[in-house]
Amino acid sequence: MTLTRTSPVAASQPEAATRRGKPKRREATAGYVFLTPWLLGLFGITAIPMLISLYLSFTNYDILTPLSEVKWIGLANYRNMFTADPSYWHAVLVTLKFALIATPLKLAAALGVALLLNRERRGTGLFRALFYLPSLLGGSVALAIVWANIFNRAGAFNAVLAIFGIPGRGWATSPEWALETLMVLGIWQFGAPMVIFLAGLKQVPTELYEAAAVDGAGPIRQFFKITLPMLSPVIFFNLVLETIHGFQGFTAAFVVSNGTGGPVDSTLMYTLYLYIRGFGNYEMGYASAMAWVFLIAVGLITVVLFATGRFWVHYSDEDER
Amino acid sequence: MNVKSVARTSALVVLLVIVLYPLVWMVGTSFKPQDEIMSTVSAIPKSFTPGNYPDGWTHLDVNFGRFFLNSTLVAGLVIIGNMLSCLLAAFAFARLRFPLRGLWFGLMIGTLLLPSHVLIVPQFILFKTFGWVGGPFPYTPLVLPHFLAIDAFFVFLMVQFIRGIPRELDEAAKIDGCSPYGVFRHVILPLSRPALVTTAIFSFIWTWNDFFRQLVYLSDLSKYTVPVALTQFFDSTGSNALGPMFAMSVLSLLPVFLFFLAFQRLLVQGINTSGLKG
Repeated sequence: MTLTRTSPVAASQPEAATRRGKPKRREATAGYVFLTPWLLGLFGITAIPMLISLYLSFTNYDILTPLSEVKWIGLANYRNMFTADPSYWHAVLVTLKFALIATPLKLAAALGVALLLNRERRGTGLFRALFYLPSLLGGSVALAIVWANIFNRAGAFNAVLAIFGIPGRGWATSPEWALETLMVLGIWQFGAPMVIFLAGLKQVPTELYEAAAVDGAGPIRQFFKITLPMLSPVIFFNLVLETIHGFQGFTAAFVVSNGTGGPVDSTLMYTLYLYIRGFGNYEMGYASAMAWVFLIAVGLITVVLFATGRFWVHYSDEDER
Repeated sequence: MNVKSVARTSALVVLLVIVLYPLVWMVGTSFKPQDEIMSTVSAIPKSFTPGNYPDGWTHLDVNFGRFFLNSTLVAGLVIIGNMLSCLLAAFAFARLRFPLRGLWFGLMIGTLLLPSHVLIVPQFILFKTFGWVGGPFPYTPLVLPHFLAIDAFFVFLMVQFIRGIPRELDEAAKIDGCSPYGVFRHVILPLSRPALVTTAIFSFIWTWNDFFRQLVYLSDLSKYTVPVALTQFFDSTGSNALGPMFAMSVLSLLPVFLFFLAFQRLLVQGINTSGLKG
C-alpha cells in the first residue's frame, strides 16, 4: 500500500464535482472492460453451447457425420428416452435413489458430528480438519478404486462383518448393493457440510440456551426448539448444494463399474449414462436431449426446495422487523 | 459433566477411526505383495513391499512421472486462469457501476447452480470444431474456460471478499488520481491476496481430482493426467497389479494431502465464507 489517506474535505472540492459526468462514463466503460473475460465465457462457453445443445437434441447428430448431414428428427430423441429406453429409466431411478437417500444421511452425519464437535473444548481444530479430509479426497479416482476394493468379496468390510458373524459378499459387484456402496462413499465425505454446520452453530447465541435451561428445557427440547430453527438457513444451504451435488455423481460410479454402470445398470448414474451415450456411442443428439431433461429436472428440484424452504427455514432477522 | 465430556470425546475418536480407516487401509495395502492383498484384509502389511511404487511408476507404457507433469501443467494453468479472470469479474461486480450490472450479476449467480455435465456435449463439439481436441496440446478445452471466469464460485467468493474491503480506500485512491484500473491495480489486487490464495488452493484440488472432463478430452496415453491414467490399471491388467495400482493411487492423492496439511485452516475458512465444496 503506497496510498496516503486524504482528508474527506478533498472529496467535496469543486473540481471533483464539475467533472462528475465524465468519471461515471469512464466507470461504465471500465466495468465492461473488467467483465469482458466473464462475458466471453458466459456467451461462448455457456449460453451459446446451451442453445446448440438444445438444437442438437432435436437431431440425430453424432460426432462422426459432418454437420451438413445432420437431420432434424423432432422429438424422437425425447420420445425414445421416455418410452423405448429402459436403461434411461434405470439411470433416472438410480440417480434419484442416490440423491434422496445419500444426501439426507450425509447431512445428518454432518450435523451429528458438528454437534459433538461444537461442545468439544480441546482439539476441535484437529478433529474438524481430519473429518474434513475425506471431502477433499473422496471425489478422486484413487478413492473410488479403494472403495471398490474395500467392498470387494475379499475386502476389509467383509472382514469386519465376519467379526459379528455376518456372511459377506462382493458388495460393490452385486446388483442389490453396488449403489449402496457408492452411497457410503458419498456419506463418508460429510466433512464439508459439517464445517458449514459448525460455523452456523457458533452463530447461535448462548443466551438462548441459558434462558431455555432456566425455563427447564432439557437438551432434546433445546435441540428441537433452538438449535434446529436457528440452524435452518444453514441446513437449507447445505441441502440445496448437496442435493445438486448428489445428482452429478460420476467418478465413483464410473470406476466401480468400470465405465459400464453395471452390474445390471445398478450404478448407472445419470451423468454416467449421458457419458456412455454421448462419448461411448457418439450419440450426441441423444445425449443433448438427456442433458436438457437433466437441466430442467435439477432446476425444478431446486425450485421445489426453495418453495418448501419458505415453510421451515427461519431467518432470525425476520423477528426484528 | 466430566463423564459426559469423556463420552463425547470417545465417540469422536471412534468416529474418526472409522472415517480415517479407508485412508490408512489404502496406504497399508500399497505396501503389500499381490497375494497378501488377495488373502488378508488387515491394514498393516505382513511382508513390507515398497517395490509396488517403482512397479506402479513404470507399469503403463508411459511412466507415471509424465502423468504427474501433465496434471501439474493443467492444474497450474487453471489456477492462473481462475485467479486472473475471476478477480477481474469480481472487481467489476463489487465496485463498478455500469448498465445491466444487475442482470449480469443475476446470471452469474444462476450459473453457480448449473450442472457442468449439461454443457459437456456442446462444448466438446465446439472445441472439436476449433480443432482443439487432441493434437500436440490437448489441454486447451480443460484450461481455456478458466481464463473466461467459468467458475462462478470463485467470482462469488471474490465479490464477497472485495465487498469487505473498506470503500474509503477506493475513494482515497480516486482522489489521488487513480482511474478504476488504478484502483484495481493499487488497492484491490494487493488486498485480495487471501481470496486469491483460497481460489488457488481450491482450483488446484478440484482440477487435480477432476476426472469427467479429463476423461472426455484426453485420448492419447502420453497426454493423460493422473486420474485418467489410474483407470488404465483396471482396464489393461484386470486384478493382477493391485499393489502397483494402490501405490499409484496413494501417490495421486499425495499432492492434495500436502495442500491439506499446509493450508487446512484456509481451506476450512474458505468453505465457511462461501460454501465451497471440497
